[in-house]
Amino acid sequence: MEEKDSSAAAERPSGLSTRAAEIAIALFMMLLGGLVVYDSLRLGVRWLSDGPQAGYFPFYIGLFICISSAVTLVQAMLNKAAAKKIFVEWGQLKLVLMVLIPAALFVLGIQLIGIYVASAVYIAVFMIWLGKYGWLKSVVVGVAVSVTVFVAFEIWFKVLLYKGLYNPLALIGY
Amino acid sequence: MEEINALMHGFSVALTPFNLMLMAIGIILGVLIGVLPGLGGANGIAILLPLTFTMPPTSAVIMLSCIYWGALFGGAITSILFNIPGEPWSVATTFDGYPMAQQGKAGEALTTAFTSSFIGALFAVVMITFLAPLVAKFALQFGPPEFFSVFFLTFCSFIGMGKEPPFKIIAAMMLGFGLAAVGIDTVTGQLRLIFGWHELMRGFDFLIAVIGLFGIGEILLSMEEGLSFQGRSARINTRIVIETWKKLPKFWVTSLRSCVIGCWMGITPGGATPASFMSYGIAKRMSPDGNKFGSGVPEGIVAPETAAHAAGTAALLPMLSLGIPGSPTAAVLLGGLLIWGLQPGPLLFVEQKDFVWGLIASMYLGNIVGLIIVLTCVPLFAAILRIPFSIVAPVIIVICAIGAYTVNNAMLDIWFMLLFGVLGYAFKKLSYPLAPLVLALVLGDQAEDAFRQAMLISQGDVRIFFSNWLVGSIMGLGVLMLVWPLIGRGMAALRGRAA
Repeated sequence: MEEKDSSAAAERPSGLSTRAAEIAIALFMMLLGGLVVYDSLRLGVRWLSDGPQAGYFPFYIGLFICISSAVTLVQAMLNKAAAKKIFVEWGQLKLVLMVLIPAALFVLGIQLIGIYVASAVYIAVFMIWLGKYGWLKSVVVGVAVSVTVFVAFEIWFKVLLYKGLYNPLALIGY
Repeated sequence: MEEINALMHGFSVALTPFNLMLMAIGIILGVLIGVLPGLGGANGIAILLPLTFTMPPTSAVIMLSCIYWGALFGGAITSILFNIPGEPWSVATTFDGYPMAQQGKAGEALTTAFTSSFIGALFAVVMITFLAPLVAKFALQFGPPEFFSVFFLTFCSFIGMGKEPPFKIIAAMMLGFGLAAVGIDTVTGQLRLIFGWHELMRGFDFLIAVIGLFGIGEILLSMEEGLSFQGRSARINTRIVIETWKKLPKFWVTSLRSCVIGCWMGITPGGATPASFMSYGIAKRMSPDGNKFGSGVPEGIVAPETAAHAAGTAALLPMLSLGIPGSPTAAVLLGGLLIWGLQPGPLLFVEQKDFVWGLIASMYLGNIVGLIIVLTCVPLFAAILRIPFSIVAPVIIVICAIGAYTVNNAMLDIWFMLLFGVLGYAFKKLSYPLAPLVLALVLGDQAEDAFRQAMLISQGDVRIFFSNWLVGSIMGLGVLMLVWPLIGRGMAALRGRAA
């Protein structure tokens, strides 16, 4: 790790600093912890005659999330070295987003047109766009994977998968 | 010997042609999962779980556990041939495995790795055979306070043994407990933490978390590197195998030590990853060839591989006998057992003898089948690794989405999987550990129930957790684990002052 950091410092590639990422995640965790505490208070955190109320256990869980994240937050703020460390370079982040955003669109696609068709389209587009493959090869791979999955789940194991709000496979009777 | 008889009966259950076939399929699937980035033991089994629903429980668990053995074997292949650890526990295998492959000794390195894995697993299975029934018998006397104390010890061990900053371990773990609390409260029936969003009533299934955190998170991480595979081709023939086997017995001390380290780290939920590093470190210090470690010596493969497999196998001991898994993968197996209506824990050994001993027998058989398959199929698996990442990545994401959907047949779960993926990416980069998060999510409800029942018995008096020697000593051990980082720091400071 340290080797990498020193070489990174020499070239100074720009990116999101580790400190910023630490602080963001710690704040996010504190927010979650706060939500847990808030809802636990609504449910009741006291001790009744028939035992603890529903919020009793989660209340302390939420409290622990907040406290431990607060410690991490303070540590991150005081840590000068982390401000110089790179959490992710912008170039790397771009690569990550190039996978993440299509993946999110893929999930949206599943919601609309179902797993099978969305998968075939997703694999083909991914191969053409990021893998620089030809149209034909990409479409063949995408459709082949999708058909394999269809045969395995729908026909062989009789596990029905999600077909979407607008099921295109209804045209062929599924 | 009661156990031997039971085990023989187990072999008669496990040794059917159908089960042997499932073992072979399981191992092959497992190795595939192990060599592909983004799929691993835990999420691989989580994804394949629904496919086993139609099988009889014993066969299903045999297949799932064989997938697990396969994944353990598979991690070594990528480490040695590509310097890319397919699994976190095979990181230490790259230190000496990859240099050996570069020197043209890939076959020897792989044979060493597989054989060591096999020995580590065998050692742990023998231990499970004799120790698990004892632990189960002992645990039959457990009440809610004792069970809570075991949960307490489990989670404190993460803090004491973890490499990550303690406060991050606590935060990740508590997040797991928090997610586990979402949904219907099992005691009062009230809805918790759903904020009016009724689809959340089911709560968060840990399988979704596993698929997202480990699967999608891993793909996102791999993408950063751009992933250019530069692999060595590997050929293993009988001559290499036999020649390597002739050399291996001289490492018996390292091997035995690694077995013990692995078993210990597997039972207390340290897990396979720290076990492999610890074993490698100790072997380096103790071996006369210690200074050659890292340049490609077989002993540097024996140590981490033996320990990782011993730990991976030993993690099933607390899962079977106490119902408390020692690793995320063991947790997924536990989830599988619950789906078939088998409640792991001490009673399993009394009520489901066929199942338990069939599973234990299958661990012996599965590892033998596994060793044969991996030794014969290495070229095939190495070829799969040459498939470019731009094809593998979308296919794996598709597989993960299918896996997430089939858990509850819920579209919403696929979205959660994606969210867990982003969380997993950030957590891994900031060294928040994922294993305690997953285990807390699995065990959260049980731990809470044990806690509440214990508190009901004592009318809210916390001293019940120290009321007898048994529960007191387990809790004491837990507290010791909890403050272990402080003790370690204190000792280091003292040593620093003395030196």
